[in-house]
Amino acid sequence: MTQLVPDVPADVLPEEKQKKTRTLSRGALVRRRFRRNRLAMVGVGILAVLLVGAYVLPYFLKFSYTDNDWNALGTAPDATHWFGTNHPGVDMLALTMRGLQKSLVIGLIGGPLTTLIAALVGASAGYFGGWIDRILMWVLELMLVVPSFLLLALIAPRLAGGTWLYFVVLLSAFGWMITARVVRSMTQTLKDREYVLAARYMGVNPLVIIFRHILPNVASILIVDATIQVGAVVLSESGLSYFGFGIQAPDISLGTLIADGQPDATTSPWMFFFPAGFLVLMGLCVAFIGDGLRDAFDPTAAGAKAVVKSIKRAKGPIAGSPAQDVVSNTARAEEGLAS
Amino acid sequence: MGRGMGRFLLRRAVNYVILVFIAASFTYFLASSYLEPIVNFLSKHPQPPLSSIHNILRSRNLDPNTPLVQRYWTWITNILFHGNFGQTFDGNSVNSEMGRRIFVSTELLLVATLVSTVSGVAWGAWNALRQYRPSDRISTVVSYLLLATPTPVIAISLETVDQWMGVPVQYTGMYDPGAQGTWSVITSNMQHLILPTITLFLIQATLFSRYQRGTMLDVLGSDFLRTARAKGLTRRQAVLKHGLRTAVIPVMPLLVYNIVLLFTGATFTEKIFGWHGMGEWLVDSITQNDVNAVGAIAVFTAVLVLIAGLLSDLVYAALDPRVRS
Repeated sequence: MTQLVPDVPADVLPEEKQKKTRTLSRGALVRRRFRRNRLAMVGVGILAVLLVGAYVLPYFLKFSYTDNDWNALGTAPDATHWFGTNHPGVDMLALTMRGLQKSLVIGLIGGPLTTLIAALVGASAGYFGGWIDRILMWVLELMLVVPSFLLLALIAPRLAGGTWLYFVVLLSAFGWMITARVVRSMTQTLKDREYVLAARYMGVNPLVIIFRHILPNVASILIVDATIQVGAVVLSESGLSYFGFGIQAPDISLGTLIADGQPDATTSPWMFFFPAGFLVLMGLCVAFIGDGLRDAFDPTAAGAKAVVKSIKRAKGPIAGSPAQDVVSNTARAEEGLAS
Repeated sequence: MGRGMGRFLLRRAVNYVILVFIAASFTYFLASSYLEPIVNFLSKHPQPPLSSIHNILRSRNLDPNTPLVQRYWTWITNILFHGNFGQTFDGNSVNSEMGRRIFVSTELLLVATLVSTVSGVAWGAWNALRQYRPSDRISTVVSYLLLATPTPVIAISLETVDQWMGVPVQYTGMYDPGAQGTWSVITSNMQHLILPTITLFLIQATLFSRYQRGTMLDVLGSDFLRTARAKGLTRRQAVLKHGLRTAVIPVMPLLVYNIVLLFTGATFTEKIFGWHGMGEWLVDSITQNDVNAVGAIAVFTAVLVLIAGLLSDLVYAALDPRVRS
């Protein structure tokens, strides 16, 4: 990526450089920093390949995920079935691609949706304050206390009449709390800035203020969080589907494939490890991209960068008060529940 | 921690009680309107007469013909006044079942949590000291890999590796049911702990190490450590005496939290390795349409989450002088 900084003769350098810094927007800077991150670019590349593979490859395959090849029941990978077949003779490659489609689309819709909910709740709570804040924070605490796995497992299978889209909304509805808290505390520091006050005194609608002045200022955190949430949503989707509480029968996701392949993992590893491998690969790409984005958005102290790097679903560079940190610790630990 | 702190805690405790009450009630309503315990009896062969099914269900407070509000009232008053969580769908006491399962989960998770905390903290701190060296980079990639891997995949991969090596380690259930005598049951039990413990270790230690690495890096860049060096301490002394101690403080609440939540079990690990603990119950109670069990788990989990939150806040306040004032 070194060619992005062109080799210029020494005498033109200062002027050229100055011009460059003047013309580069923040977005361009971030993009450039992101492109320099090798791991993140690898993540983007692989994720793009996965997307294309999941949506385009099935058209070129001899077998669809609904076909049974009666001449190859549970066979190991060979020239006709690259990933082998499962017991009913369905091509594992077609199945995996189909499952990958669903898992990808669930993650790519669910992740940003989670962040959107978090942004709206957090910004409203922080901006309005008072009883709106109290009510929203109380709901947030309630959501943290409610046994989310239990509720998801209860509700999700009953949505079978609808589509998996409901399932995505449900996953998001149980995942927004931590981010919302961060957005709230950041909004509280933003809402007394001059430009926000000016807008308010001019009589701008509060919702417009939130969308035009508050949220753009926390955009970096939101973008990073949306990426990380993609991974989180995919993980909880596959976990629920693994137990049969998520994606239901005619539909396939990597989670259901893993559950189906599990009994044969030792004798016919291809039934389990191909879907599992793709799931891990996808999660890894998302994590790398999230990491790269975070570094790209955060030019400041290396220390801040490292904290943020420490754990998924992390806070932004603006850390809360110590008490705030405790709260976020506990909430993070809660994810350990899913072990 | 003066009177202000006490009042603050009291107010929070009251709020928590209300939260638990609402969370549990909500779960109960949802569970009793979605789950159908009657299925367990209708699928019996030969099928018992409907009237007796309803009689049995009524005696267990599960009869769909009783209005939901009335069932809820019976359920909640039994819990509040008698500490009785009712009966499972097949007539056992939920309380004793829960006690047994809590014990199993605790046994499974205790070693894993302690070992993974200590080694996670050490691993993270070590990586922070060697930031951007090859070892740190490799650790980072490995921990990303582990964090991206769903628990069932880790567990089943371990099982598969064990199978390929000719099953040197037994893993299904708590112990070999064929084991005779106390000693062989204990050794068998230890052996059956190995794979689930490794699974939990990989997940938890990774989490802890990433977190510890972050806090440690923060501390390494701090002024007081430079002061410590300036007054003549070696790097090792400064890091161990001043650095690590400070960097561990933010991790302690996480540890406390995890220890309290030991009792809620580990869903995937227990289910895959056949340990009949709380985590497995979480899944089984739903698949078995066991309304009272679901309700009990909801109450139990909510209470523990809040206790854990409160305790970890207290630990933080006790350790960090900045919060104490």
